[in-house]
Amino acid sequence: MEKYDVVIGLEVHVKVRTESKMFCSCANLYGAEPNTLVCPVCMGYPGVLPVPNKEAIRKTVLAGLMTSCDISKFSKFDRKSYFSPDMPKNYQISQYDLPFCLAGNILISGKRFSDREPLPEKSIGITRIHLEEDVAKSTHFPKSSGIDFNRAGGPLMEIVSEPDMTSADEAYAYLTVLKRIMRYADISNCDMEKGELRCDVNISLKPAGRKEFGTKIELKNLNSFRSIHRAIDHEIARQAAELDAGAPLSQETRGWNDDKGSTYLMRVKETESDYRYFPEPDLTPITFSDEEIDAIRAEMPETPDAKKQRFIENFGLTPYDSEVLTNEKAVADYFEKAATKSSNPKQIANWIISELLRELANSANEISECPVPPANLAELAELINKGTISGKIAKQVFTEMFQNGGSPAAIIEAKGLLQVSDSSAIESLVDQAITENQAQVEQYRTGNQKVLQYFVGQVMKLSKGKANPQMVVAMLKEKL
Amino acid sequence: MEKTLHEISKSLNDGAVTSVEVCEAFLGKTEQMEPSIQAFISVDVEKILKMAVEADSRRTRGDSLSPLDGVPVALKDNIMEEGSVCSCASKILSNVTSPYDATVVAKMRAAGIIPFGRANMDEFAMGSTCENSAFAKTANPRDTTRVPGGSSGGSAAAVAAGEVPAALGSDTGGSIRQPASFCGVVGLKPTYGRVSRYGLVAFASSLDQIGPITRDTRDAALLLDAISGHDPKDSTSLNLESASLADTLAEPMDLKGIKIGLPKEYFERDGLDADVEKVVDEAIAKFKDMGAETVAVSLPHAEFAVAAYYVIATAEASANLARFDGIRYGQRSVDALDLMETYLKSRGDGFGEEVKRRILLGTFVLSSGYYDAYYLKAQKARTLIREDFEAAFEKCDIMLSPTTPTTAFKSGEFASDPLQMYLADIYTISLNLTGFCGISLPAGNSASDGMPVGVQLMGPALGEEKLLSVSHAFETSTVYTQY
Repeated sequence: MEKYDVVIGLEVHVKVRTESKMFCSCANLYGAEPNTLVCPVCMGYPGVLPVPNKEAIRKTVLAGLMTSCDISKFSKFDRKSYFSPDMPKNYQISQYDLPFCLAGNILISGKRFSDREPLPEKSIGITRIHLEEDVAKSTHFPKSSGIDFNRAGGPLMEIVSEPDMTSADEAYAYLTVLKRIMRYADISNCDMEKGELRCDVNISLKPAGRKEFGTKIELKNLNSFRSIHRAIDHEIARQAAELDAGAPLSQETRGWNDDKGSTYLMRVKETESDYRYFPEPDLTPITFSDEEIDAIRAEMPETPDAKKQRFIENFGLTPYDSEVLTNEKAVADYFEKAATKSSNPKQIANWIISELLRELANSANEISECPVPPANLAELAELINKGTISGKIAKQVFTEMFQNGGSPAAIIEAKGLLQVSDSSAIESLVDQAITENQAQVEQYRTGNQKVLQYFVGQVMKLSKGKANPQMVVAMLKEKL
Repeated sequence: MEKTLHEISKSLNDGAVTSVEVCEAFLGKTEQMEPSIQAFISVDVEKILKMAVEADSRRTRGDSLSPLDGVPVALKDNIMEEGSVCSCASKILSNVTSPYDATVVAKMRAAGIIPFGRANMDEFAMGSTCENSAFAKTANPRDTTRVPGGSSGGSAAAVAAGEVPAALGSDTGGSIRQPASFCGVVGLKPTYGRVSRYGLVAFASSLDQIGPITRDTRDAALLLDAISGHDPKDSTSLNLESASLADTLAEPMDLKGIKIGLPKEYFERDGLDADVEKVVDEAIAKFKDMGAETVAVSLPHAEFAVAAYYVIATAEASANLARFDGIRYGQRSVDALDLMETYLKSRGDGFGEEVKRRILLGTFVLSSGYYDAYYLKAQKARTLIREDFEAAFEKCDIMLSPTTPTTAFKSGEFASDPLQMYLADIYTISLNLTGFCGISLPAGNSASDGMPVGVQLMGPALGEEKLLSVSHAFETSTVYTQY
């Protein structure tokens, strides 16, 4: 039994995908020239007023529905005050006591990141989801600092989890599931490199079995799921060593240095920051009727979990295959389109997992840009099943389809790849193979059955892969 | 020379005068009066005359934007006007040029109304005397040893001195009505949300409202019509079409059947100057003569208004003024060595004493551990005061009170005792807390000091039509003339 219980909660910021910023009409875009997507409102000029982005609010409610939250029928924005050069008004419009979404949960499952062993299914509570405006991005140079206000005022959701996680693997799985949900519902791409998902980790250790929480340490500067996983493992070990040594931990914020693979002290929290929250007087409270919430619910896509379950039940997939296929909604949609046209959905799943996803990865393409439409993949699979082409030829055809497009039938026709099932044609090839490999014939006849595979290979080679393999095997057995 | 907007408008439309002639006349008067009054922080003569020429050419072509095309109206220096410095009478914004037009300015331009100069004010609209300006102390045109009131003191003084026919002010706790009363002009605080706040540099967002300061009620209606209406840029603006209240004032209203409520708490107060009370009593008698009926009403929670106001207004101000940090615009201290010093020196040098006092007070009442005792309690008081007003308006159409307990203060009178100055806002502040509308109109002069006394009429939410009609009826029947 472990000496300490680990308690982990995550605060995840997700940039909501919208046309415009949260409170003004500037474009909500990543990667533009610094300070080109700004206006008096998001620069905090005198006299400006915020106008809430309805799409951002709708997507936040959608995020709540996707994570089984209660949606508040009455919520409001509040001002959170603190001075920072990256905050144009020196207060952030956020939500304090009445956020849009409360008390949800998501189910984590799949494999552990650390050793690829199965991760036991577990429900992780979501405390709240609220909406706020993003701050600007600061860049520090040797003798000065630069601020890019393009990011300032972008819609930002904060998703606060319950302290329900106990390991780096669970935190990793939670983030993976959360990201999948956000992408499914087109709420956000959650690309950490673009700052679309940012995560702070709260972590504490307590003696095993004790009820009271230990001293909470906050981890920041985490730039990938992988570094979050590493940072948590490192921090568990560090805190355990401190506690073993009898050193009391202080409540502090620590940064993660990915190169050194260790955390470092950023600041000690002696007192809680006083943000002087009060209701934002420039905005009226936001109310939702049951009908309005139902209307958003009606637009809700199937959750990844529900889809995974349905694929297992309807298409006979293994849980693992179903998980892989439902990881991205676009892949799942692709599979479903191809599978419904196919007599063997499991075969379609295999083709997507082993061929299509590999080709996409190699060509660095998204599935949305896939040159092979689902119907063509289904057609290709049916051609194998009907014996028109062999599995091996099919892979050749698939590569051609992926690179240059076209239907499988047309490619087979054009390249003369039709499977040879004419017994006299196969017979002459079998005879040729036997004649040219007398030594191996002797081996076979003296009892070395393995040599049969060698002959199959020779015949297939002579046929340029087009001979029907079952017929070749049968004929070889007969003649040898 | 014509004095009111409606007179000028008529002369312009009759072809009797041109906009250039009108503007030149007011510019001449401004030049003459400014050395003693100092109502303006700046007046851009060239820009005004250029707009006047354009208005005249539109009128010649028959393309006038509105009947008010070519009339000049002054702007309080906290209203953003593209291309002009909008300083809020503060050092910290003394170099900030507006990058955009406030919605009221855009509406004025759409009607052809010419923005005429930046009127002086108490810094960030905090004050009741116009003495808290970083640039000038405006004098009361009726007695230059006295203040014009505040915070829209420059706007009221400019109108009273004849430097401009009308002006826009802003009213957070009486900042339009009190200076109008002190200077003997008309000041209207519209219902909260009737006029867009977009481009009004915020003091207290839930209380601020832009409104007209004019020579008569009809002008107040004309100007309100021009600047009001729903604004998608202001989430707190009411979903109303622009009104045409001025049209309802063609004939004086018959006051028979109109019930005027007299809040007993407002008349039972110590501190109400006897000569002010006398003028107000005469006004009440006049209303009765005209057929109105008076009823006693009660506002039991009104005594908490000043306290609640100074908690809520300063709390909101502490956040609203946080953006003035010298980082993105505005005055930045050059000798600061690091970020914290930049904040401390820029804000320390940039803000005046009264502004600092209110930021500190507002920061305090929002602080952890004090929020419930101050901010939350003040919001509860605010609700009770609103309920008082709603109950009172079930018994009457309009309420009447003095606008201020005294006539204009002597300059420097409250320099060392801001609390006494705060308490003088007792009659005006409740309307901001309730969001309702009110107007101060000149009712006579104090027998002892000869200074003008204003009467405040108060109406319920969106009660401007009746409020203006009653005010107009009183004004047209009274022999009291201001000029």
